[in-house]
Amino acid sequence: MITIVNYGVGNLASIKNMLKKAGFESELATETGAIEKASKIILPGIGAFDHCMSEFNKSGLRETVTKKVLEDKTPLLGICVGLQMLMENSEEGVEPGLGWIAGKTIKFKKDKLGDLKIPHMGWTNVHIAKDTALIRNLGEQPRFYFVHSYYVQPDDPSDQMLTAHYGYEFTAAVNRENIFGAQFHPEKSHKYGMKILENFGRL
Amino acid sequence: MKRIRVIPVLLIHNRGLVKSVKFKDYKYVGDPINAVRIFNEKEVDELAILDIDASAENRVPDIERIEEIVSEAFMPIAYGGGITTTDQAKKILSAGVEKLILNRSAVKNPVLVSEIAKQFGSQSVVVSIDYKRNLFGRQGVYIENGKTNSGLDPLAFAKLMEEAGAGEIMLNSIERDGSFSGYDLEMIEKISHSINIPTIAVGGAASLSDFKEAVQHGASAVSAGSMFVFQRPHRAVLISYPSQQELETQVYEGL
Repeated sequence: MITIVNYGVGNLASIKNMLKKAGFESELATETGAIEKASKIILPGIGAFDHCMSEFNKSGLRETVTKKVLEDKTPLLGICVGLQMLMENSEEGVEPGLGWIAGKTIKFKKDKLGDLKIPHMGWTNVHIAKDTALIRNLGEQPRFYFVHSYYVQPDDPSDQMLTAHYGYEFTAAVNRENIFGAQFHPEKSHKYGMKILENFGRL
Repeated sequence: MKRIRVIPVLLIHNRGLVKSVKFKDYKYVGDPINAVRIFNEKEVDELAILDIDASAENRVPDIERIEEIVSEAFMPIAYGGGITTTDQAKKILSAGVEKLILNRSAVKNPVLVSEIAKQFGSQSVVVSIDYKRNLFGRQGVYIENGKTNSGLDPLAFAKLMEEAGAGEIMLNSIERDGSFSGYDLEMIEKISHSINIPTIAVGGAASLSDFKEAVQHGASAVSAGSMFVFQRPHRAVLISYPSQQELETQVYEGL
């Protein structure tokens, strides 16, 4: 069962809808019991970083999710702020991140964007930095829907899975062992996003 | 390559999909769910769905209906119509919608823009500025489907909304609505160069070159209704959307 961590943040209905279209049942988990049973975990997140972290901390689910991911090596996919939460910290807030991937989340540098506006909002092509099972068979010129003002910067370059360009190159998705994260929204990215969620379901 | 969001706007009236000219003369276009399904197959960048009856009838958003419509949508969705509270905002967002479009509420209760931005992030609030010239030739912001003059100036209002926390401005020329006469480039330039949030051009689009022009005048995204639901010259109903290749060669190229 693919379990979507429901700590009160994020567009969970869309993720569930897209998983269903990709052929996978999923459940929204508000209790540790449901997390325990998970074969795959999705960590959503939207809005302010501190709000997401503190809601996740308050949800009572953090400990179980951590055990599943770090000890049982259950595959996890963080989406948008759910990806940023995997890092050690974020320039957007003061709450510490989960720190499962070494590195930080930083803001787009306005002086390097020209007349591009922040947030980066819209469809952007991605490029493969490290091939993994999650991003197999994406087809030609895969593009995804992004909405963000901050992006992650892993310390270890080999954690970078996809890159994209907005004024300059930034990390669009990461992977380290069983942990995956996407800055974009696969649940709102047509066949490209569906492929990623299908690949995730098959991991 | 710089991609520009090209966003069909769908108007819901009496549960059906309609399209207007100058915010009047509504013509029935089809079933909204079916239209969303077709736009989904065409891999549109984003969809804006406006329930144009809700505010007019002083009705709250029909969450069940929204849920039904967006369950067929695998692209970002913006919804507008009758939103007056953060509680409604929350329900709509949980139904699978990414952005809320505020029009009357933004004028009457700008605090709502701030409250939604604070709770759900600026990226989830779009303010639709519907404008036209009044009897004295001055551009004014109108609400209630273009019927009521708010007395506000479009530029001053756009700046106010940015300050309040809006993530995007949907700049909608009432006079050009359904006219196929091209965007109001002058206003697009004026507004987009005075604010730091994206301006979405709406009203008058007839061709891909109109999209390109709007972007060259400062629009961050473009939107159209009639162009995507009608086939000219007789406004025969035909749902269409440019292919990736058309967008790449006729819109993105050289931007």
